[in-house]
Amino acid sequence: MTEIGSPVAQAPAPQSGGEASTFDTTTARKQWQVILRRFTRHKAALFGLVLFVVLVLFAFLGGVFWKYSYTDLGFRRYLPPSGDHPFGTDRLGGDMVALIIRGIQFSLQIALMVAFLSTVIGVVLGAVAGYMRGWVDTLISRFIDLLLVIPSLVIAAVLVRNSFVVSVAGGSGGSNWLIVALYLGLIMWLSIARVIRGMVLSLREKEFVEAARALGASTFRIVFRHILPNTVDVIIVNATLAIAQAVLLEAALSFIGLGVQSPDTSLGLMISLNKNELTLHPWLFLTPFVFIVLISLAVNFIGDGLRDAFDPRQKRVKA
Amino acid sequence: MFRYIIRRLLISIPLLIVASFLCFGLVNAMGDPLGEWKLQKPRTPAEITAAYERTGYNKPFMERYVAWAGDFVTGDWGESVVPGNAGKPVKDELLKAFGVTLRLILGAELIALLLGIAVGVIGAVRQYSIFDYTATGISFAMFSMPLFCVALVLKAGGIELNNWLESIGADRWIITAGPPGDGFGGSFGEQVFQYSGAYILPTISLVVIQFALYSRFQRASMLETLNADYVRTAQAKGISEARSIFRHAFRNALIPIITVSSLNIGAGFGGAVITETVFSWSGMGKFIVEAITKIEPYQVLGFMMLTAVFIIVFNLIADILYAFLDPRIRLD
Repeated sequence: MTEIGSPVAQAPAPQSGGEASTFDTTTARKQWQVILRRFTRHKAALFGLVLFVVLVLFAFLGGVFWKYSYTDLGFRRYLPPSGDHPFGTDRLGGDMVALIIRGIQFSLQIALMVAFLSTVIGVVLGAVAGYMRGWVDTLISRFIDLLLVIPSLVIAAVLVRNSFVVSVAGGSGGSNWLIVALYLGLIMWLSIARVIRGMVLSLREKEFVEAARALGASTFRIVFRHILPNTVDVIIVNATLAIAQAVLLEAALSFIGLGVQSPDTSLGLMISLNKNELTLHPWLFLTPFVFIVLISLAVNFIGDGLRDAFDPRQKRVKA
Repeated sequence: MFRYIIRRLLISIPLLIVASFLCFGLVNAMGDPLGEWKLQKPRTPAEITAAYERTGYNKPFMERYVAWAGDFVTGDWGESVVPGNAGKPVKDELLKAFGVTLRLILGAELIALLLGIAVGVIGAVRQYSIFDYTATGISFAMFSMPLFCVALVLKAGGIELNNWLESIGADRWIITAGPPGDGFGGSFGEQVFQYSGAYILPTISLVVIQFALYSRFQRASMLETLNADYVRTAQAKGISEARSIFRHAFRNALIPIITVSSLNIGAGFGGAVITETVFSWSGMGKFIVEAITKIEPYQVLGFMMLTAVFIIVFNLIADILYAFLDPRIRLD
């Protein structure tokens, strides 16, 4: 994704020091309107957005309206889906709807946290490396290379294993979804940092940056007000896709038993607990599976739509 | 070219040294390999001292690191230390597991790449055709599925297929519990039967996930080159469509996919962890999950260093391939 030709890059950078004129703000709004219109024309993206909003509402408000709580055990075990229990009951006699609501909640919490953390870390380190160049760049880039040579699933697993020890010693009651989220955030920033570094390396040579520097803007201001706004399309798309990646990575970790632990839960953990039920009680396996696919599908659609909205060149065809 | 390879390999030595230190720190933070053992029942101080002596955990961090690293470069990768299973050399077990996994992921990666490139190119050349929409839809769905669910569903399907084969009087074909440890036997036909039965499901589940990524990337980069000025120039000069697509657009569109696939080989190992857990292969995946769960420091370290070397070599191969595809890139 080069910055040339992307609509955001063409937007005039706000003048340092002075008030933004009405002219500036109208231009900026128009850019966003254009992007918004392109996004809303993208049917799959719009569908993804609606689906995602519905899932979020279901996860965080569903528990309030649903008649059973995830703590209600003691229904008949292994009831197939019925009117009273639309997703059936599990091997402990818990209502699957209530359990799923809670599972989605934890999975989304983790995913959003990971996306936020990895984006912040990646953007800051990438921008610093690209702008400072020299030994700072070498240090950060080599560190990224270093982390890239070990599979991230393994790093995450080792870190989470470590957290078992920490949580037992610290007596934190075994609530570890936050730890899993933190560690995933700590290893998933690599790709966004690389991309941002590359963009900043080329943006820092642009005339508007030179102008800002000539006007005496501080390094901080140049990076955060002049350079990074020109990478916002890439940042948003990457953050969106990171949500989907995080849901899947967390599920994989929980599946091998090195992710979220009871009493916390997640969709991945639910699938893992029910992995042997596929033939006899398929609803126990298929419900969390379907919800994981729905979340990551919705997010991937949104990300794709955003990418097309920001960078319409891929759509303008063809040979 | 030769000098370039040598130089790149030399540059990766410091990288490996720092990586080994980082890994050692990580593994050290996993906790005490004897923790579980100490909790099982009361141990006498003498027992505990002896056990720590054996694991080396009685020495300070730096001393342990230097001792381990020194042994590692001379080919002694340490032993398993958790009581009950202690004293097994890491290297033998790990290399055996590595061989098993390598056969699985290299095959799967190759199939995924070929399929992904083919589908991506057709999707780009015939953009917005039914083929393009179908391929995009399928790869989106695959992209959004957790690998282990795909594997679990395939496994259940395999068992069903076996039962059906048995009911019509045929042999059970799909092997859902790893390749036989002593290799495949019998006539050539029987060997093919056993081999395909063992490999087909793990390979499919790995291919499914990687294929989605590769086809998306290939489609995007192919679209970019198809719309590039030099392709239009070539077409304006009157060369055939096929030639402009394959000689001009395709060749340049391969460069991004090489980057993606070489970076993705690490994810391939990650994927193998999942697939092998589902299909109970005794490869790298099973090895590392067990090593981390039990806290076997030297096993985890051996795994990390071996994959690190492997990934570095793959990145080097990718860089050499760039030079073949794009003559403007000169390695020396």
